[in-house]
Amino acid sequence: MATLTIDGAEVTVEDGITVLQACDLAGIEIPRFCYHERLSIAGNCRMCLVEMERSPKPIASCAMPVADGMVIRTNTPSVRKAREGVMEFLLINHPLDCPICDQGGECDLQDQAMAYGRDRNRFQENKRAVKDKDLGPLVATIMTRCIHCTRCIRFATEIAGVEELGAMGRGEHMEVGTYVENALTSELSGNMIDLCPVGALTSKPYAFTARSWELRKTESIDVLDAVGSNIRVDARGREVVRVLPRLNEDVNEEWISDKTRFAYDGLSRQRLDTPYVRQGGKLKPATWEAAFAAIAERLKGVDGSKIAAIAGDLACAESMLALKDLMAALGSVHIDCRQDGAKLDAANRSSYLFNTTIAGIEEADACLLVGTNPRWEATLVNARLRKRWLAGGFPVGLIGAPVDLTYDVQHLGAGPATLKEIFDGRHDFAQVLKAAERPMIILGMAALARKDGAEILAAGVEIAEAFGMVGDGWNGFNVLHTAAARVAGLDLGFVPGEGGRDVEAILTGAQDGGIEAVYLLGADEIDMNRLGEAFVIYQGHHGDAGAHRADVILPGAAYTEKEATYVNLEGRVQRTARAIFPPGEAREDWTILRALSAELGHALPYDSLAALRTRLEDAAPSFAERGTVRPAAWQPFTATGQMLDAPFGAAVDDFYMTDPICRASETMAKCSTLYVSGGVKATGTDG
Amino acid sequence: MNVAAPADIVQPDSFEFSAENLAEAKKIIARYPEGRQASAIMPLFDMAQRQSGWLPRAAIIRVADMLGVAHIRAYEVATFYTMYNLAPVGEHLVQVCTTTPCWLRGSADIVSACEKHLGIKTGQTTPDGKVTLREVECLGACVNAPLMQVGDDYYEDLDPASTVKILEDLQAGRKPKPGPQTGRQTSAPAPGLTTLKGTA
Repeated sequence: MATLTIDGAEVTVEDGITVLQACDLAGIEIPRFCYHERLSIAGNCRMCLVEMERSPKPIASCAMPVADGMVIRTNTPSVRKAREGVMEFLLINHPLDCPICDQGGECDLQDQAMAYGRDRNRFQENKRAVKDKDLGPLVATIMTRCIHCTRCIRFATEIAGVEELGAMGRGEHMEVGTYVENALTSELSGNMIDLCPVGALTSKPYAFTARSWELRKTESIDVLDAVGSNIRVDARGREVVRVLPRLNEDVNEEWISDKTRFAYDGLSRQRLDTPYVRQGGKLKPATWEAAFAAIAERLKGVDGSKIAAIAGDLACAESMLALKDLMAALGSVHIDCRQDGAKLDAANRSSYLFNTTIAGIEEADACLLVGTNPRWEATLVNARLRKRWLAGGFPVGLIGAPVDLTYDVQHLGAGPATLKEIFDGRHDFAQVLKAAERPMIILGMAALARKDGAEILAAGVEIAEAFGMVGDGWNGFNVLHTAAARVAGLDLGFVPGEGGRDVEAILTGAQDGGIEAVYLLGADEIDMNRLGEAFVIYQGHHGDAGAHRADVILPGAAYTEKEATYVNLEGRVQRTARAIFPPGEAREDWTILRALSAELGHALPYDSLAALRTRLEDAAPSFAERGTVRPAAWQPFTATGQMLDAPFGAAVDDFYMTDPICRASETMAKCSTLYVSGGVKATGTDG
Repeated sequence: MNVAAPADIVQPDSFEFSAENLAEAKKIIARYPEGRQASAIMPLFDMAQRQSGWLPRAAIIRVADMLGVAHIRAYEVATFYTMYNLAPVGEHLVQVCTTTPCWLRGSADIVSACEKHLGIKTGQTTPDGKVTLREVECLGACVNAPLMQVGDDYYEDLDPASTVKILEDLQAGRKPKPGPQTGRQTSAPAPGLTTLKGTA
């Protein structure tokens, strides 16, 4: 511990932190541009100058470690003058185009110029102009505004792990860019927009859309992957105009993936805004009454055993519970939330959670990835793995399709055979796992969503037990989900009951007549051609695959339009908030199911969201606690079959096209065209 | 300063070191401890530039790949130093120093003598591709100001007449004698020795 005096007050802080951090702890604001707590220290903006006793010159507080007995002053005339000087230099080449700058109103330079700058400029000469760079469809550049803080360069190099940005030239001629005009190949590139303290990097899709002070800000949760990133949804009128990250150290820190950030334009396209009923082979707009009547008419006399329900990847816990209760009332046990056919066991919570937790990755000391590409399946889990890898002493092995994960990965093999070798201790990586104190294994959906998924899951559990991955205070067994709805669905037991059919059996039944009616709750990722002659009810928010096949469409709400509960891959219960209202006739999903249940003569016993949530907590106690992870008690898992030889494929073929919202998004379509199917070298899967 | 190579330059598709340069490059790389091979980037760039006459993008990438350095880091180095020519230059690169001491000693006249004789402006290359004229910052030989650098050689204590003479020699394919052009011995006092006269 070091004790230093800051502005006359004694402060005791940890050794090794910087003067700037000590000032922050003491509640004294130090202006800064280049310093960022999650990036390495550059010390090049000079805005954080403070006075240090016995130093003839002011010091850059961001780069000066604290020492015992230091005397720091931050409010003297000389400090004020130094800051004014730095600010005047920064503004020499900065265009004063704040009125047309998207950063206006939330700009560090603007704010700090007001607080620490002079009120006039002595620079009479011409300002320099810098050519804009093309960084792809997401990040717009107005490089004349750049003040060379190098935050974006450090972010790309350190956090995103793609060394593609740099500073060209020097001095007056320095320019930040990629040198060769290439789009950034990172799924985290949008975060540079937040990091940029000026308007040099701004959001391309959001350009000239709104001013920050006009927006209604709603704190919510992302559902486009299973990470459950904390987000802020900014809306104006009836439209979401941007999505920003919200700080949550345990989940996404302060980053979000480009999909989370930029897919929002999909929320206002391809929307289902009124019920539809298929008449004479064509879907026709209808009223709610007519739609409900059509369903009641068709289901009349159909035995419960011939009705099935599939919950999609974006479904909330409330609607899944309501649908489960409705199906139970109708006498059906054919329900499933595992659209991809993953062989997960809902009765064994520890076997389907990311038990280590995302923040827990930082404590691991070896990692085995099985059939997963975390860079595309859960970008922020991958960012955390990279963060751990950067700290050193973190060997990572991968069984499955070779991918570039932005850190060193030892490719061990392609399929279950390698898994077996490791279990038997015949593989070199087995020694690595044995030597590790807190090893972890991550099983991806490419390993579990196949015929022998249960056997692979069992093999994973066996490896976890054999290599000491599960013990007191440490659980290194992890399943990496790709769908936001999955863990809640499993927690609620939205899986086939006694003698019930799973997704595969439901589809087979639909073809051979064993199933007459299928209720799709936002389920779009199944093969619609296999639904045969079945009567299909689709409840969801986008006109995607499911809606095209449906006989009755019930328009629901997207995640930005309802207060709904989601459980992320760690088992963390989080809630979205309503930023805007659903379009047209669309309604919150649980209310649709509640209304339909009354029409079908099995009225569900909850009339309010509060009552439904009480029922939710009864159904699964884990829903009682929000925001935290309740560790699941370890249960063994076994399977009787044999693992197949086929190598693991990919759970996500296209990072930018994983769900109906993304598929409706123009921005995501541009990214997909550029990064996945053409132009730029592939990011996630180039081997 | 050329931050980025102008777009209209024809960049070769690939670059390979010649056999002897490759052997030399390996020697240079071996000077640095394991894991610190990136330190060899500047001598390798220099070697590539001597081989090609300039530093094409393919050479930057080749060197970066040899050293296991991200391409962007190599571009940063190549653009930082003005001595790396990111665009083709003439056979003789004439760099006239115009920083204060040289300017006080008449470097402006040297520049205009060059421009007049060669018929080009600073920053340009003669149509026959023989000579590129460039204005540079301090060459660090102020004691012999004004001066210019041609290739690896310094021509010092210039006046317009001796400058033109040097350029004529270069154009004719002769190699003018480097060093002071006034007969002065290196950087000894210009009017002749003032001390140690007796020693020979």
